[in-house]
Amino acid sequence: MRRLQWGYLLLAFAFIYLPVASLVLFSFKDGSLPLPPFEGPTLRWYGEVLGDRRLMAALGHSLMVAVGSSLTACVLGFLAAYGLARHVLPGSLWLRGLLIAPMTVSYLIVGLGLLIVFNQLGIGLSLWAAGIGHVVINLPLCFAIIYASMGAQQQNIERAARDLGAGEARVITLVTVPMLAPAILAAFFLAMTLSWDEFVIAFLLTRFEVTLPVEIWSLLRSGLSSKTNAIGSIVFLGSAAIVLLLELFIFGRRRP
Amino acid sequence: MAISNTLRGWGFVTPALFWTLAFFVAPFAIMVAMSLATLEGRELIWGLDLANYRRLFGQSFLSGAIIVSLQITLTVTLISILLAYPLAWIIAFRVPPRWQRLVLLLAILPFWTSYVVRSYSWLLVLSREGIVNNALMSLGVIAEPLQMASTRFATVTGFVHFFVMLLTLTIFANLVQLSPNYRRAATDLGASGWQAFRHVILPLTLPGIMVGAFLTFVLCIGDYITPQILGGNNELTVPQVIMVQLGRRGDFPLAAALSIVLMGLVTLAYLASARWLRLDRV
Repeated sequence: MRRLQWGYLLLAFAFIYLPVASLVLFSFKDGSLPLPPFEGPTLRWYGEVLGDRRLMAALGHSLMVAVGSSLTACVLGFLAAYGLARHVLPGSLWLRGLLIAPMTVSYLIVGLGLLIVFNQLGIGLSLWAAGIGHVVINLPLCFAIIYASMGAQQQNIERAARDLGAGEARVITLVTVPMLAPAILAAFFLAMTLSWDEFVIAFLLTRFEVTLPVEIWSLLRSGLSSKTNAIGSIVFLGSAAIVLLLELFIFGRRRP
Repeated sequence: MAISNTLRGWGFVTPALFWTLAFFVAPFAIMVAMSLATLEGRELIWGLDLANYRRLFGQSFLSGAIIVSLQITLTVTLISILLAYPLAWIIAFRVPPRWQRLVLLLAILPFWTSYVVRSYSWLLVLSREGIVNNALMSLGVIAEPLQMASTRFATVTGFVHFFVMLLTLTIFANLVQLSPNYRRAATDLGASGWQAFRHVILPLTLPGIMVGAFLTFVLCIGDYITPQILGGNNELTVPQVIMVQLGRRGDFPLAAALSIVLMGLVTLAYLASARWLRLDRV
């Protein structure tokens, strides 16, 4: 029975890593078709990716949109969480519901709604439009994570600071934010990874300057290629690095 | 004092509220209005016309897409639960506690790759000269390569891969919260291992299963990339049809109506699983 269970664990890992492993392995293949048999290894495709100006531009755009939209979502989410956790507001249950509502809607619908509005208003599509969309999908997440971490314990410390004469702005910047730093950072990095990988909103709302997933999408039209493997591997390793950093420095520290 | 407290509270909430209203609620309302408009030539005529919704059920390629989407989503949700539960179980109860976090982290690491890259990777595995066909042919299991890419099988495989990781996470989170005393109590009272699982552990982990299943349903039915890359154009899902309307035809009213139907399906799934979800607890 036990052996069966370890066998299942191995099989599950094989299934989970089979596509990723082929992606990374064939990105080193000396040949343009990323299919067996393997020849190489070579770093040629990584060189080509680094030399590809469109891909590098898209990478820059993705980083900008991811950092900008995650920062905005975190700031707005934090302020809303603070307002709702520390003040008595009428209908706060409804407000919370409204703020997390975008989480239950497909990205496609968020993107389509914004596309229709921008079209009707005659606003051109751009990275800004995609950034606005990414804030819409990340705000509920940042709000929920930060709100959940605002407990009574922190409130007592905030009260102490206030009794000692700190104004609200000082309480927030010197007490609340540092205390909630793990949750805020977790929200920020989660939003970063989601925005960094997001395709459909960016696809609908950008036109000339596009993000990396959209650029990769247009590469796919020309079929399988080792170069696509190389850029795909970079994207995967980038996301994996963020998640591992998050685990090591933020979640890992909470362990006793 | 109470008034100023409330006012200040509003001050903090307003920016987020404004963003949600301006960029989520308003676009959604306009989309609803758009779904009731009609297109004559390239001219958009606003109105309160249910014609787009009638087309959804009148034209077979539209109602077909809804059925295809539902079939794929339900298949994926079911298979993912069946595969993820044992995995979460083994990680929760067989892997030594020291290694648990690491094993779980590794088990869901590819979850964080973009849809585009993940679907593309499956294409490498499933294509005509891909890894699977290559392996099966060199083992002599098959003589001719199997057609796997551009089929529903490929779409389902790509989806299951993603959602097994998601469900493993939600079910694991649920399993480790259970006190081992429940199982001990059940076996002390004479239950066999299977009975203890069936009547005690499984009902207690239902919330974890349902949260994961609901997320699977929402994300799966709304995804455009996976069926587009892996399923090809043989049978279209609802998001694929929406994209076709937006692109080639510029038929925004029909795309809006399809999106509303998509949301309706998600709402139904929510109502079906609402007993176990505690979104209001957030």
